[in-house]
Amino acid sequence: MDPTFLKQQLLMNIILMGAMLLGALATVMLRQLVKAAIALAFTSVVLCVVMFKLNAPWAAVFELSVCAGLITVVFISAVSLVKPATEEERAAHIRFKTRRYFLLPLVLLLVGVGLSYVTGQPLPLPAAEPAGTELRSLLWGPRALDLLGQVLVLLAGVWGVVMLFKEEK
Amino acid sequence: MNLVSLVMPFGVFVALLAAVGLYCLIVTRDMLRVILALEVITKAVTLLLIVGGLVSGHMALAQAFVITLIVIEVVVIVAAAGIVIAVYKHTGTLDIRRLRNLKG
Amino acid sequence: MPSLLVILPLLAVLLLNLPLNFLRRLALPAALLLALYQAAFALGVLPACCAGCPTQERWFLNALDPLTSVLLLAIAIVAFVSVFVLRATAGEERREFNMLNLVFLAVAGMNGLVLVRDLFSLYVFLELASIASFILIAAHREMGGLEGAFKYLVMSALATMMMLASIALLLALSGSTSFGAVAEALQAHARHGYVLTALGLFLGGLLIKSGVMPFHGWLPDAYSAAPAAVSTLLAGIVTKVTGVYALIRLVLDVFGFTPATQQLLLIFGAISVVAGALAALGQSDMKRMLAYSSISQVGYILLGLATGTGLGIAAAVFHLFNHAIFKTLLFVNAAAVEKQTGTRDMNQLGGLAQKMPITGVTSLLAMFSTAGVPPLAGFWSKLLIIAALWLSGFHGYALLGIGASLLTLAYFLSLQRRVFFGLVRAGCENVREAGWALTLPSLLLAAILVGVGLALPWLIGTFLLPVKGF
Repeated sequence: MDPTFLKQQLLMNIILMGAMLLGALATVMLRQLVKAAIALAFTSVVLCVVMFKLNAPWAAVFELSVCAGLITVVFISAVSLVKPATEEERAAHIRFKTRRYFLLPLVLLLVGVGLSYVTGQPLPLPAAEPAGTELRSLLWGPRALDLLGQVLVLLAGVWGVVMLFKEEK
Repeated sequence: MNLVSLVMPFGVFVALLAAVGLYCLIVTRDMLRVILALEVITKAVTLLLIVGGLVSGHMALAQAFVITLIVIEVVVIVAAAGIVIAVYKHTGTLDIRRLRNLKG
Repeated sequence: MPSLLVILPLLAVLLLNLPLNFLRRLALPAALLLALYQAAFALGVLPACCAGCPTQERWFLNALDPLTSVLLLAIAIVAFVSVFVLRATAGEERREFNMLNLVFLAVAGMNGLVLVRDLFSLYVFLELASIASFILIAAHREMGGLEGAFKYLVMSALATMMMLASIALLLALSGSTSFGAVAEALQAHARHGYVLTALGLFLGGLLIKSGVMPFHGWLPDAYSAAPAAVSTLLAGIVTKVTGVYALIRLVLDVFGFTPATQQLLLIFGAISVVAGALAALGQSDMKRMLAYSSISQVGYILLGLATGTGLGIAAAVFHLFNHAIFKTLLFVNAAAVEKQTGTRDMNQLGGLAQKMPITGVTSLLAMFSTAGVPPLAGFWSKLLIIAALWLSGFHGYALLGIGASLLTLAYFLSLQRRVFFGLVRAGCENVREAGWALTLPSLLLAAILVGVGLALPWLIGTFLLPVKGF
C-alpha cells in the first residue's frame, strides 16, 4: 500500500468518522426508536462510504443493502409492532436520559485522549496478498467453508422467524 | 511505515464507536435499544476488519470476512427482534427491568 | 470424511423440509442415525489419531487430532440423548419438528467448530451454534425461556464482537487468520502491547462464552429457563464447545502458554470453582443448581489447562468429556423429575427415589462422578487435574480443588436429600417413573460413566496422554 495514501486521505477520513460517531451517538440517544433506527442506517451509510474510500467496494455494497436497508426494515417493523410511548413515558425517558447519559462525553473523552497517547514499539507489516487476488475466487476457493457456514446460519435464521414470529393458534 | 501507526488513527475511532455502544448497553432500559447498541458495536468491529485488511494489504480477505459478518449480523438481529417482540406480547413493555424474574 | 459431519446435517435439514408429509416423521430417526454415525466416526478415527493421522482434505487439513475426536464423540452422545429428551418433552408435533431442525443446525455448527483450523471460520461456526441455541431456548415462547435467550444473545453477541475485533487486529498483524500463520506472528512479537490487546480481547470473549465467573450472569438463566431438551444440549455440550473447547484449542495451537495466560486461567478457574460451588449450595431450583455446578466444573477444566503440562491438558480434556456425560445425565434426570412432578423446586419434592428408581440411582451415580467419588469417571479426571496442579508447583490451587470437591459433594447431597431421599412428600404419592424416552438415555449415560471409570488404566495410555501429543 502507498504510505502517502493514508496521510492524504486523513482529513477526509476524520470527517467521515466524525459523522459515523455522531450517527452512533444519535442512535443511542434519540428518544423515538424509529428515529434511532434511521440514525443507525445513517451510520451504516457513512460506513459504506468509508469502505468505498478504503478500497472495499464489495463489502460497501453489502453494508449499504443489508445493514442500511434490510436491518432498518426489520427494526422499523419491530418498532411498529410495539405500542408508541405515552406522554408520561416520554417525559420519564428525557429525565432518565440526562441522568444516565451525562457520563458518556466524559467516557468518550477519556478513551480518545488515552488512546492518542498510545504509541508503542513499531511492528512490521505482513507480506501483502498477491496482486490480483479477487474476492470471488477467494470466497469460492479458500473461504468456501465460510460460505457453507453462511448458508447454515441463514437456515437457522429461517427457523428463528418460523418459531419466534409465527402466530400461535 | 509500521503497523501500529497505520492502525492507530482508525483504532481511536473504532474504540470511540465501541465505547458509545457499550455505554448504551450498560445504561439503557429498553430492549430494542439494547439491540441498537449491539449494532453500533458491530459497526465498529466491521470498520476494524476493513482497516485490518487495508494495512496488511489483504483487502480481498477482509471483504470476504465483512460480507460473512454482515450475513450473520442480520440473522442475529432478526432472532433478537423476534425474542423482543415475543417478550412484548407477554408483558406489554420493553422495559429490561421486567427481565429480572430469574434470580439467584 | 470429516466434512460430511457438517454437510450431512445441512442435507438432512434440506431434505426433511421437502413438502412431503411423511418426511416429517423421519426427522427423529434421521437425527439419531446421524448422531450414531458421528459417534462411530469419532470412535473409528480416535485410535488412529493418537498415532497421528493426517487427513488430506480440502477444508479440514490435518483436522483430526485426539482433542477434536474426543469432542466429536461427546457432541454425538449429547445430541443423541437430547433427541430422546425432545421426544419426551416437546409436546406438539410441529414444534418438535422445528426444534429438531435447529438441533441439526446446532450440531453442524459444533462439528464445524471443532474441525476448523482458522480463526474466522471458528467465529462463523461458533455463531451458528449460538444462534441455533438462542432460538431453541426461546422455542416455547414462555417468559422464562425468552428472558434466558435474550440474556444469552446479548452476552454472546458482545463476546463474539470482542473475538472479531481481536481477529481484525491479528489479521493486520499476520495477513492471515489460519491458526499456523497467526501463531507464528504472535510468537515473533509476543510481548508487544498490540499483541497483548488482541489476546486479551479474544480470551475475554471466550471466558464470557464459557460462562466463567464473574462473566456467568447469563448462564444460569439460559440453562434453567430453556426447554428440557435444550438445556440438556446447552449444558452438556454447546457452551462447552463454544467456550471451553475453543479456549483450549486456541491456547494450545495459537496463543501458547505465557505466564500471563497461565495466571489468567488460574485466577478465573479458581474463582469459578469456589464461587460456582458456593452459589450452587444456595439454590432451590434443581436446574439452576446444576447450572452453577456446571460453572464450578468448568473452573476445574481451566485449572487443568492452566498447568500447561501434558498431564494437565489431558486431564482437562478428560474432564471436559466426563462433564459432558454427567451433566447431560443430570439434566435428563431433571427433565424426568420436572415432567413427572410438574416442578423443579426442590423444596416441593421428596422421596422420589422410591417412585422413580432408575432416575434416582442414575443421578446418584452422576453426582458421585461430579464430586469425584472413585471409581467413577469424574474421580479420575479430577484426580489428574489436582495431580497436575501439584506437580506444576501450584500447591495452593491443588488444595483449593480438593476443598471445592467437598463443596460439590455437599450441594449434591443436599439435592439428593431434598429430591430423592427421605419420605415421599405430600403431592408426590402418585409420581411414576418417566417413560423409556428418558430412562433409556439415563441408563446409557450412567453406563458410560461407570465404563470409562473402570476402563481408565487402559484409556490413560492409549487416549488420554496422546491428547497433548502434537
